[in-house]
Amino acid sequence: MDDLDKKSGFLTGGKVTRREVLKTGVIAAAGLTLLPTVLAACSSSSSGGKVTVGNNHSDASDLAGMKAVNDAFTKANSSITLTMNTVDHNTFQDQINNYLGATPDDAFSWFSGYRMRFFADKGLATAIDDSWANVKSNFTAGFANSVVGNDKKVYGIPVDYYPWCVFYRKSLFSDKGYTVPATWNDLLTLCAKMKTDGLTPFAFGDSDGWPAMGTFDILNLRLNGYDFHVGLMTGAQKWTDPKVTTVFQTWAKLIPFYTDGYAGLTWQQACDTLVRKTAGLYFLGLFMTGEVSTVDKTAVDDIDFFPFPFFGNAFDAEQALDAPIDIWMLSAKSPSLQADLASAKTYLEFWAKGSTQLLMYAANNGFIPCATDADQTTLSVLTKKAVAIVSKAQKITQFLDRDTRPDFAGANSMQSFLLNFLKTPTQDLVAFQQSIQDFWDKLPVYKG
Amino acid sequence: MSQSEPKALAPAPASAGAGALATKKRKRHYSVLNRRDKVLLSLMVGVPLAVFLLLIWAMTLVSIVLSFTNWDGVNPIAFVGIDNYTQLFTTYPFFWPAVAHNIMWLLFFVCLATPMGILLAVLLDRPLRGSAVYQSIFFIPVVLSLAVVGFIWKLQYLPLAGNGFIDSAFVALGWMDPKHAVNWLGDPSINIWAVLVAASWRHVGYIMVLYLAGLKSVDPSLREAAAIDGANESQTFIHVVFPVMAPINVVIVVVTVIESLRAFDIAYIINHGKNGLELLSILITNSALSEAGLIGFGSAVAVILLTISLVPIVLYLSRVMRSESQ
Repeated sequence: MDDLDKKSGFLTGGKVTRREVLKTGVIAAAGLTLLPTVLAACSSSSSGGKVTVGNNHSDASDLAGMKAVNDAFTKANSSITLTMNTVDHNTFQDQINNYLGATPDDAFSWFSGYRMRFFADKGLATAIDDSWANVKSNFTAGFANSVVGNDKKVYGIPVDYYPWCVFYRKSLFSDKGYTVPATWNDLLTLCAKMKTDGLTPFAFGDSDGWPAMGTFDILNLRLNGYDFHVGLMTGAQKWTDPKVTTVFQTWAKLIPFYTDGYAGLTWQQACDTLVRKTAGLYFLGLFMTGEVSTVDKTAVDDIDFFPFPFFGNAFDAEQALDAPIDIWMLSAKSPSLQADLASAKTYLEFWAKGSTQLLMYAANNGFIPCATDADQTTLSVLTKKAVAIVSKAQKITQFLDRDTRPDFAGANSMQSFLLNFLKTPTQDLVAFQQSIQDFWDKLPVYKG
Repeated sequence: MSQSEPKALAPAPASAGAGALATKKRKRHYSVLNRRDKVLLSLMVGVPLAVFLLLIWAMTLVSIVLSFTNWDGVNPIAFVGIDNYTQLFTTYPFFWPAVAHNIMWLLFFVCLATPMGILLAVLLDRPLRGSAVYQSIFFIPVVLSLAVVGFIWKLQYLPLAGNGFIDSAFVALGWMDPKHAVNWLGDPSINIWAVLVAASWRHVGYIMVLYLAGLKSVDPSLREAAAIDGANESQTFIHVVFPVMAPINVVIVVVTVIESLRAFDIAYIINHGKNGLELLSILITNSALSEAGLIGFGSAVAVILLTISLVPIVLYLSRVMRSESQ
């Protein structure tokens, strides 16, 4: 599934896999297949509006979804000529600064939260409040908040998301008589029981560096609440805060239950241990079902999940979780944007429809539609459950590397710090947290 | 390249003088090269020189200038003095590990991998049945790109849960307790050594081929003379062959240093250069060429890597220039 590259990509940069080599071919092929669409649109148009679209959904299945969306768009707006420019997902992220600062396309696919506001603050995105006014009734408050910039203007249209939950195999649970843990203590008891049963209680693979961020997020949300977490991500709160110490101390209790050698395992390899039933639980994004079906198609129906257990404190009511949202935005420096503004906004508004978002979902079930009017009956059982969990959440975060500045979340920054903690959870946490704060303090100051 | 320029230009001031000899030289020059030749020549020299100056020296200078800024690729460039350098040398926690790993890489190659390659070359240079087969076997890794080498060794080194070959085999053979399996790539105190073994796997073959080519060119009569004088094999190598191979030895040293300083691919493939695999080249990539967009900071790391690289380059060039002037 695409999300694996999607996730691993933006932090780590290009790792060349056979799939990516294939992808390049697919992108080239897509360019060719799109051409007739564009030409067809041209021929039927009388007064020609234009829009250029920068697309980072480069995997084969995603690209098929994009093509379906663009076909539907040109069918509905035959006067608008659409040109799509697809860039490999990882490359797109690595080059985002140069791309948006030079001559970007009119519209581009990106991520909500801090990573959207980061570029809005730099003046590289165009606010779309007028378009948002037309479509905002189609989104819940959680989604609406995720596309608001620091200047209170709206910068994106939410199109899809996936939640982070604890996954398990139903058959394993029924065979061994395990029950879903509701609280943190239940979780630790269950893990201890699994260990005596000869299982790896908690599958974990952090070779890519970002999976550990998910655990930090959820523990911080559960123990310290949404407001503190967001404050920490944006620099309003300090990493030296004793509240952060509590997170690390709590996390230390879970580490003995992790897969041996997790620092050398990718998340896919850790996922495989869950599929093979040598591991009992796995905390990851819903995109992991793609890896499950790659390993064993029949196992997908056996996968179930539950929200990360609660601590019985004031923040339980928030039911907060990471559910990264993908969005579409307008660039600021596109040379054609002034001329194309109306058609570019039409394109973004088209993405706000449930029917559009379902086209993407049909191509890849990792894209859960954000729009309220998306026909829920077409969603799979797992997707419906994910929708239910997310809609119950009072607070939604995007994931550590989407909620904080990109130069803080990379391989030689937060990923390394978390790996360091995981290796020696008994270290002097005060000094450890100070080193994180020192790192943050030394990052360049952005003037917006 | 640069040392040949002054030589070519050197006669010019002399010929500018009024001396008869110089005039004669100039005249002969004119008679040999017609106008078309000169245009052609200046194009042939000028275009590569311009490309060279633009793509190498201009870029280098720009990097040096950028290293004193906090440019993020978008906002106006603001100079921050030596802030990037003080941050690297004092608070940035990944800089000194990266320097240490580059040095370890160099020492490992100089002390183990390169001598091993030389040893193999010497052994395979002897009349040996199937020598070509052995040469091919040792040379095959050199044909692979370092990225592929990284993939291959990553699969060997994976933990038990990932069905890594080494751990699985050791456990199957009863040499390793599965409860205490070695985490080759995830343990920051071990993984650099695991990566060095992988890198050496390729480097040994590279050195072997270079050295073997040199050994083939050694005049056999030298060995015969040594043998007649009663020298044994090792004495012949140490006192006769090795000194004769001096030019090749310099190449070997330079290749070893270059390979160590440009170490990047394997560590990047394995975990993007974190958790014990920090390298200067990867710090540059992760800071300047990623979404982080820390171009100023990354440039500072690049300038430090350049400075380190200059030491062997200058040593090499000065040696070459000295031997040419003799």
